[in-house]
Amino acid sequence: MTGPNIKFLQGNEACVEAAIAAGCRFFAGYPITPSTEIAEEMAKRLPRLGGTFIQMEDEIASMGAVIGASICGVKSLTATSGPGFSLKQEHIGYAVMAEIPCVIVNVQRGGPSTGLPTLPAQGDVMQARWGTHGDHPAIVLAPSSVKECFDLTVKAFNLSEELRTPVILLSDEVVAHMREKIELPENIKIVDRKKPGPFSGKDNYKPYKVSGEEDIPVIPNFGEGYRFNITGLVHDETGFPSTSPEITNALIRRLCKKVESKYKMIKGIEINLPKDCKTVVLSFGSTFRSARQAAKDTGIGAIKLTTLFPFPDKELQEIEDRIKTIIVVEMNMGQIVNEVRRACRKTKVIGINVANGQLITPEIIMKEIRSCL
Amino acid sequence: MPLKDLKKYLRLDKFPHIWCPGCGNGIVLQAVIRAVDNLKIEQNNIAVVSGIGCSSRAAGYLDFSTLHTTHGRAIAFATGIKLAKPGLTTLVLTGDGDCSAIGGNHLIHAARRNIDLTVVVFNNNIYGMTGGQYSPTTDLESNASTAPYGNLENPFDLCELTKAAGASYVARSTTFHATVLPNLIAKGIRNKGFSFIEVMCACPVYFGRMNKLRDANEMLKWQRDNAVNVKQWGIMTQEQKKGKFAIGELHNIPSEEYTEKYKKMIEEAKRRDNGAV
Repeated sequence: MTGPNIKFLQGNEACVEAAIAAGCRFFAGYPITPSTEIAEEMAKRLPRLGGTFIQMEDEIASMGAVIGASICGVKSLTATSGPGFSLKQEHIGYAVMAEIPCVIVNVQRGGPSTGLPTLPAQGDVMQARWGTHGDHPAIVLAPSSVKECFDLTVKAFNLSEELRTPVILLSDEVVAHMREKIELPENIKIVDRKKPGPFSGKDNYKPYKVSGEEDIPVIPNFGEGYRFNITGLVHDETGFPSTSPEITNALIRRLCKKVESKYKMIKGIEINLPKDCKTVVLSFGSTFRSARQAAKDTGIGAIKLTTLFPFPDKELQEIEDRIKTIIVVEMNMGQIVNEVRRACRKTKVIGINVANGQLITPEIIMKEIRSCL
Repeated sequence: MPLKDLKKYLRLDKFPHIWCPGCGNGIVLQAVIRAVDNLKIEQNNIAVVSGIGCSSRAAGYLDFSTLHTTHGRAIAFATGIKLAKPGLTTLVLTGDGDCSAIGGNHLIHAARRNIDLTVVVFNNNIYGMTGGQYSPTTDLESNASTAPYGNLENPFDLCELTKAAGASYVARSTTFHATVLPNLIAKGIRNKGFSFIEVMCACPVYFGRMNKLRDANEMLKWQRDNAVNVKQWGIMTQEQKKGKFAIGELHNIPSEEYTEKYKKMIEEAKRRDNGAV
């Protein structure tokens, strides 16, 4: 295949192509390996499109600027890796609470601390889910190829706009830096956040009010006629602080429910289960590539997660009667494996965990599979 | 302008405010709306961003687009707003702890960029909301709940700090000098670039109580007796300056503003993209 839309891209470059195609026109970031290519490419591309790139003084400021720009209606992105992802956590929680759409790419590297800056890992799974404090929902997508870096970045923007919540693209060093042939789609589905109509002159608009079965408020952008308040404090439907137990309960439950109720739109799981096969490997990100090869070579099933959270409890429970063992492969000491154990009570769940900065090879996985068969 | 005509800038349904009796924050709030009124800026074209602390609650009382952010980060959020909508007049209301301790990095870098934000810091030399801990502007040997034996740290001169960092407009005044405050803030808003206005602001409940200045009037008198007009300041000796501070317009050297530079860069990038170069 050849043509103008056929490219040979890095995962990080595919994220940039996708972000721009999805309508992103603001990037704030701070240099950190192995995500820096995203910032560099955005610095080059955005001004040509009339967008804005800024290198902020730190990761915390980057996340703050991203939220500020999004409040004005501009689709916004930041990209980072482990240490920077930790610094962004408070503001990710702010975006959850204030319901500000934004996308955060975390290209995982070895940790904890400065760890292994240039080597891959998948140790930030639980940080992506629970990194910011308090009870909160999380949407976490994980690409396993350059094509998925593109597709899931578009999906991340669309979900963040639709649900008014931050979405995390949990990439890793391998998928971010490898190059693959990719056909960039001519047309993609783009979702834009709902806005109220032009300001009517009445000043009693309630930006956080939801009506009927709706879970997602229609919040105006700053500078478009509506004057209202946004805060990270627990707030009522007017956007002003409240400590009422009823209002707090309703808000926290709604924030969680709005993600749960859109599960069909968010989910990303591919189950390939040959007939009469009782063993299946489950993986995500670059590790899935080895898991798929090992499954193929041993004739067992393979499950790929492209959405890590909300976790696909139901989809896994549906296949429990057909299988006996799930082997969960991840470049960490065991994070997704515990989610699988929680969801699948009837199935034997085994973890293959490597956290030495090296990609898990098909051979390592096959050895484990053979011992199970 | 009589006070009743300024009511349109306030969210009166949010009153009474949370501030303690004798707190200077209301005087600063009034000065901010007087400045906006003097400049005749359309209410819809103003974004007010604040951080966390007593002073940062000011945003909620103002009928503009208001953003109450996280501790120390108001300037970072405001930077995003200004870049996304450069036409919005963007004000940052913050406190001494908020903008110079946890948010110190953002303060100096926004000043360095000379981005068009007007930062008004309510400097009460203490963390009020958490109960009177020492801040980066608490004087040496002053008492605070976390400095029960006296503060060992030298305070920041925030005006010197922001001036050195690259702010194009820097001013200081006090809540005692309430009548000159609106003009100093208005000049800051009018300056196309990073403007910093420090307002010395009494906290009788925490700073005062722990430093033998319990009475709010006494604290205002302290401001009156220790503030020196910048012209006078220029001819004073080091000895005379001891324990005093300069007020007025301390620095005003306009220079090219960040979003305007960015706009030029966009035009240049588009020109190159069109194959003109």
